[in-house]
Amino acid sequence: MPTSPARKSRTARTAGSEAPPNETPRVVLVTGVARYFGARLAAILQADPTIDRIIGVDMVPPAPALAAGLGRTEFVRADIRNPIIAKVIASAAVDTVVHMNVIATPLDAGGRTAMKEINVIGTMQLLAACQKAPTVRHLVVKSTTAVYGSSPRDPALFTEDLEPRALPRAGFARDAVEVEGYVRGFGRRRPDVTLTVLRFTNFIGPLVDTPLTRYFSLPVVPTVLGFDPRLQFCHETDGLEVLRRATLEEHPGTFNVGGDGVLLLSQAIRRAGRLSLPVLTPAVTVVGQVLRRAGLVDFSPEQMRFLLHGRAVDYGQLHNVFGYQPAYTTVEAYDDFVSARIAPVIPPAVVERVERAARRLPGMSSDIDTGSAQDLDADLPMPVPAGG
Amino acid sequence: MPDARVIQLGGGGRSAPSTAAHNGAGATAATEPEQVSAAPGREEQASEPETGRVAGEPGADRAAGRAGTAGTDPLPSAVGSALGFLRRRFTGDYPVDDFGFDPELTSSVLLAPARPLYEHYFRVETRGMEHVPDVGSALLVANHSGTIPLDAVMTQLALLDYHPAHRHLRMLGADLVFRLPIVSSLARKGGATLACNADAERLLASGHLVGVWPEGFKGIGKPFSERYKLQRFGRGGFVSAALRTGKPIIPCSIIGAEEIYPIIGNANWLARLLGLPYVPVTPTFPLLGALGMVPLPSKWIIEFSEPIETANLGGPVAAEDPMLVFNLTDQVRETIQSTLYKLLMQRRSVFF
Repeated sequence: MPTSPARKSRTARTAGSEAPPNETPRVVLVTGVARYFGARLAAILQADPTIDRIIGVDMVPPAPALAAGLGRTEFVRADIRNPIIAKVIASAAVDTVVHMNVIATPLDAGGRTAMKEINVIGTMQLLAACQKAPTVRHLVVKSTTAVYGSSPRDPALFTEDLEPRALPRAGFARDAVEVEGYVRGFGRRRPDVTLTVLRFTNFIGPLVDTPLTRYFSLPVVPTVLGFDPRLQFCHETDGLEVLRRATLEEHPGTFNVGGDGVLLLSQAIRRAGRLSLPVLTPAVTVVGQVLRRAGLVDFSPEQMRFLLHGRAVDYGQLHNVFGYQPAYTTVEAYDDFVSARIAPVIPPAVVERVERAARRLPGMSSDIDTGSAQDLDADLPMPVPAGG
Repeated sequence: MPDARVIQLGGGGRSAPSTAAHNGAGATAATEPEQVSAAPGREEQASEPETGRVAGEPGADRAAGRAGTAGTDPLPSAVGSALGFLRRRFTGDYPVDDFGFDPELTSSVLLAPARPLYEHYFRVETRGMEHVPDVGSALLVANHSGTIPLDAVMTQLALLDYHPAHRHLRMLGADLVFRLPIVSSLARKGGATLACNADAERLLASGHLVGVWPEGFKGIGKPFSERYKLQRFGRGGFVSAALRTGKPIIPCSIIGAEEIYPIIGNANWLARLLGLPYVPVTPTFPLLGALGMVPLPSKWIIEFSEPIETANLGGPVAAEDPMLVFNLTDQVRETIQSTLYKLLMQRRSVFF
């Protein structure tokens, strides 16, 4: 997955990225610190003695569980939609801004309208404040691969330079597209600022809570009949490590971040020991609405398209230019999530027991299936390799 | 990866090497019951040592089984491997590549119904198989016909079962394929991906054998009266993909597929209504309903012509030269057209 000789080489923006970090950040501002990744990143950064101050900004204080790790992080309760953010940046002489306040779930934000405002207007305010602040010289934006959209005309893997075939029309993905647009505009106006845009695939792991993790936790997982999308996951520790390095080091450019390989949706459901419930395409929206109203899974309609066509990205830039190889592959990340969070409805052990029982049926007892026998049929005679 | 012919139904990739041979052989007999009868006739490729199918025929498989335990007939062994296969399917414990290709499912399930068609119904004959490399990439360009893309399936099967290196053909499909339910997921699992330059180049750059049918719907849905007349070859996108990666182009000519469903009419209004490129009317379909969907048993020949090398044409720079791309497209097209005429001259009848 990482390397493709056909990849267009990025010249200007990433040319200096191999240069060692000569200036470590002194004052870091993290937006969205009340949310999981914001709080985790702040917790990691505050443990770094080379950083003088960590300022976390959010509208609500972080939950106690997340706040515990924040240590010396200074929490500023502010709305990034408000010009007050400019005062915070100016007064603290912030040099590095990590923007992580693009929200994917309308329910958390208090409705789609509020979510759009926080995402788009908030980003505009933050960028306006950064533009006016001469001390800012490094901006890291946590974006998403949802900006590539999801359509049947998608290439198998998106590279950073590919345009989406079908631009996301609504919801979180649309917000992310607009946020990236404003960030690019900021980059043009402040060419002296090192700009890192990280497009993450769906996060997964033992702790992170996203619509997708809740989706896989449903006892019966609704899928779209006849479609088996390819999914790609980013383990939360990989995500945090990339964010940390992007903050502390100089990596100008846009990078896809995701684990190696893909997992089919059907495969993912089976690996979690869940049952899938194929739903006819016209009924998908209805089922999605029911799940939202029940507060089970906050999937917006445009995320439903993701369940039809899926999406996978090429993380070659991350590997070759950024210099990071995700520690978890997609499958490993998913399995880590499953083992920590999911009690399978149909445990693999049951499947094995059924298989073993089937093997004991009359006429089957003396037979062996060499491959699965290794771990399964310890009580059955082990096969002797066919020597002659 | 390209020579992943070993159908390890019994134990997945993690089984001990010493047991892999036995295992792979058991697999052949397992989920392909129709293969068992066909196997003796196919001994020559079944016993290729490098594929791990050392014990290729059912008899040898039984012997290997007896080495460990008391002798059994092949059926329980087949069921045993099938159980292992089912368990892996049920626990999701199988690999797919970035394109969603599932080699195990492809060779043991998706292509299983095509095997009797290939051997007994269409009696496919292949020529010039030596022009397809054992390792490394090549772009296979073929004519398209037959109303439904059975020609792609047969070419895929020919290369998987009858090529000495048992190569998986990765096909490039139209976007309609990936819009349709069921078809889209099966196509990806079967090794197809979207016909776009990004995917074609990625596959070629990573050592895969890529198949493309550049006529697209114009070729597959053309009326019977225009059989074996090649349609326009798209915009030459496949040629620029080959040029950019410097991989050879292998022209591939398929005869026989034109006659399986002779299109004598096209229900244009229905096609528009359903958003499909065409709705075929054949002498038997829709007149005889489902019975009309039985293809005619034509005799097929698939010929692989000599590869056209692109490595020394200038690489990515050459791909930006439209004249070179057009000329090369024409060269491929004419090679296929002349081979089609040659094969038609040699053919005694449509059905024999």
